[in-house]
Amino acid sequence: MGVSPMSSTGVGPVAKKKKLPETRARRPCHEMGSIMLSDEVKKEIDAEARHYPQRRAVVAEALKAVQARRGWVDDESLRDVADYLGLSFDEVDSIATFYNLIFRQPVGRHVILICDSVSCYLTGYEKLLDHLKKKLGIALGQTTADGRFTLLPNACLGLCEQAPAMMIDNETYGHLTAARIDEILGKHE
Amino acid sequence: MIEDKPLTSRMRSDGRAVSLQEYVAAGGYQGLRAALQLSRHQVIEQVAHSNLKGRGGAGFPTAKKWGLIPTDLARQPRYFVVNADEMEPGTMKDRLLMEGDPHQLIEGMIIGSYAVYASVAYLFIRGEYRQSNEVMKQAIAEAYQAGYLGQKILGSDFGLDLHVHTSAGRYMCGEETATLNALEGKRAIPRFKPPHPPVVGVWGKPTAFNNVETICCVPHILREGAHYFRSLSRTEDGGTKIYGASGRVKTPGLWELPMGTSAREIIFEHAGGVPDGCRFRGCLPGGASTAFLLEDHLDAPMDFMSLQAHGSRLGTGTLVVLDDTVCPVGMMLSLEIFFARESCGWCTPCREGLPWIAAMLEALEKGQGRQEDLHILQEHCDLLLLGRTFCALAPGAVDPLRSALKYFHDDFRRHVINRRCPWS
Ligand SMILES: Cc1cc2nc3c(=O)[nH]c(=O)nc-3n(C[C@H](O)[C@H](O)[C@H](O)COP(=O)(O)O)c2cc1C
Ligand code: SF4
Ligand code: FES
Repeated sequence: MGVSPMSSTGVGPVAKKKKLPETRARRPCHEMGSIMLSDEVKKEIDAEARHYPQRRAVVAEALKAVQARRGWVDDESLRDVADYLGLSFDEVDSIATFYNLIFRQPVGRHVILICDSVSCYLTGYEKLLDHLKKKLGIALGQTTADGRFTLLPNACLGLCEQAPAMMIDNETYGHLTAARIDEILGKHE
Repeated sequence: MIEDKPLTSRMRSDGRAVSLQEYVAAGGYQGLRAALQLSRHQVIEQVAHSNLKGRGGAGFPTAKKWGLIPTDLARQPRYFVVNADEMEPGTMKDRLLMEGDPHQLIEGMIIGSYAVYASVAYLFIRGEYRQSNEVMKQAIAEAYQAGYLGQKILGSDFGLDLHVHTSAGRYMCGEETATLNALEGKRAIPRFKPPHPPVVGVWGKPTAFNNVETICCVPHILREGAHYFRSLSRTEDGGTKIYGASGRVKTPGLWELPMGTSAREIIFEHAGGVPDGCRFRGCLPGGASTAFLLEDHLDAPMDFMSLQAHGSRLGTGTLVVLDDTVCPVGMMLSLEIFFARESCGWCTPCREGLPWIAAMLEALEKGQGRQEDLHILQEHCDLLLLGRTFCALAPGAVDPLRSALKYFHDDFRRHVINRRCPWS
């Protein structure tokens, strides 16, 4: 098990930022609206923002709305979210990179989050991780060549009584064995 | 018959959440009706008499916290925030409470908000808890429809808006002031205290902040009385507790038991003991950031005071059990990888110290450790104390390590002397 404490939050180092063209960086914030965010995403953001005294409270929700459609949050979308909420690119990026469930690099069609915390360690998750790595031919933090799976470690999933456990996309799976993993992966195209 | 499991007795065996109708039929929202007949001060007094202490890990008396909120009504609005970020490894109790009986939590949040004059409440749920998020959102919609939320609740002058804030991971988001930053849409680093959140909280306003399980206790205190709640417990701290056990036990799970039940009873009666042929070695009594207990300590009541005599604390009350088939150094490595990764990076001792600890434990596991490494590990335990770091994450990270170095010293030494992990 590699000790690289920082790299496993999100997917490795953050993509290098492009320099903002002056005009876009300076333009007034959300009055001008955004070029890229779809109306549907904007509506979602606005609906959520109604529950807070300040619009920026929904920044994580906005990034998730983007991610729900693209799979990850690219620089362009992040800039659009920043503009729409009246924040700077860097500030939104500092929030995006903080959360482990917001991906700043492309991920596969399905993201496997395997729990590497203590109860799963005690019930043998390491063997299952080896099985997953071998079966998928990738290491933690990587995506299969066919773009089907990304494999990431995750903190305790709160399924400790069913350890070892993992999550794929939005579904949780407990009582894992190698055979059960094979069966679950088979259901994800 | 007196209900001895008020928090879980309504839960269904098929896993579906208790509906509004089922909750009301079982006496639900009676606590709220009772509360609305009282003054806000009287509600806090009832909670004070119940001896309810925070179930989020620190055990702070709930009524005392609410009492810190200024009574001067000039400062509006006020907020009521419930922490459902539950990411402490080994802890899964708040998920059960939300997915099993969501209206109990909603009722508790309404009563709490009434007691502190809050007009807006947020439930901060971790992003990985998809089902909890869905169940709670649906139950909140039901509660609005039935008039338990919104304006003029149950015909009173009191109104409350309740909203779920779905987070996106990171243990740090559960640290009270970091939660408030996350809620405001900022990076989840902690804030300097004082001022404390009851005085200056989210958006600078007075804010009550509690754990899910704490708030689930509140309706029962209001409905059945403080005396009832205290009588549920075997010790001074009121109520029942959702205890849990995971790791090296036969039947891991969660159980609602009297506060003060012993770890021995939980592990050997409820969780079936360690697997056949294995020997119990130790346990973390309340999640990853509590110090180990050994066999000799297992008869102590699992309440907020008693475990301190054994150098540990109740924490979240969900036990993580180690037996002789797993290496204690490996277990510590797993714990410290978690803490190093989840450090928010704001203060240097934690940001630099925890990865260092994890790297040394990894070297030990690989048989590359040296005798002096054990001293350096001990030094970290002596230095990463509350007050030297900006929040309680780093002190929580070294609590189990300090006890492991003491109790499993021979195991650590064998890794150095034999230049390999005896379990590998
Ligand atoms: C790093 C860190 C993470 C925490 N995570 C949680 C959590 O997920 N849930 C929780 O209720 N308390 C958590 N706490 C404790 C809270 O800061 C706070 O004490 C608690 O929620 C207060 O509620 P209570 O008084 O009802 O216990 C955490 C503390 C720290 C230092
Ligand atoms: S102790 Fe760790 S988690 Fe807490 S503020 Fe410092 S760096 Fe952040
Ligand atoms: S430790 Fe893996 S789910 Fe809790």
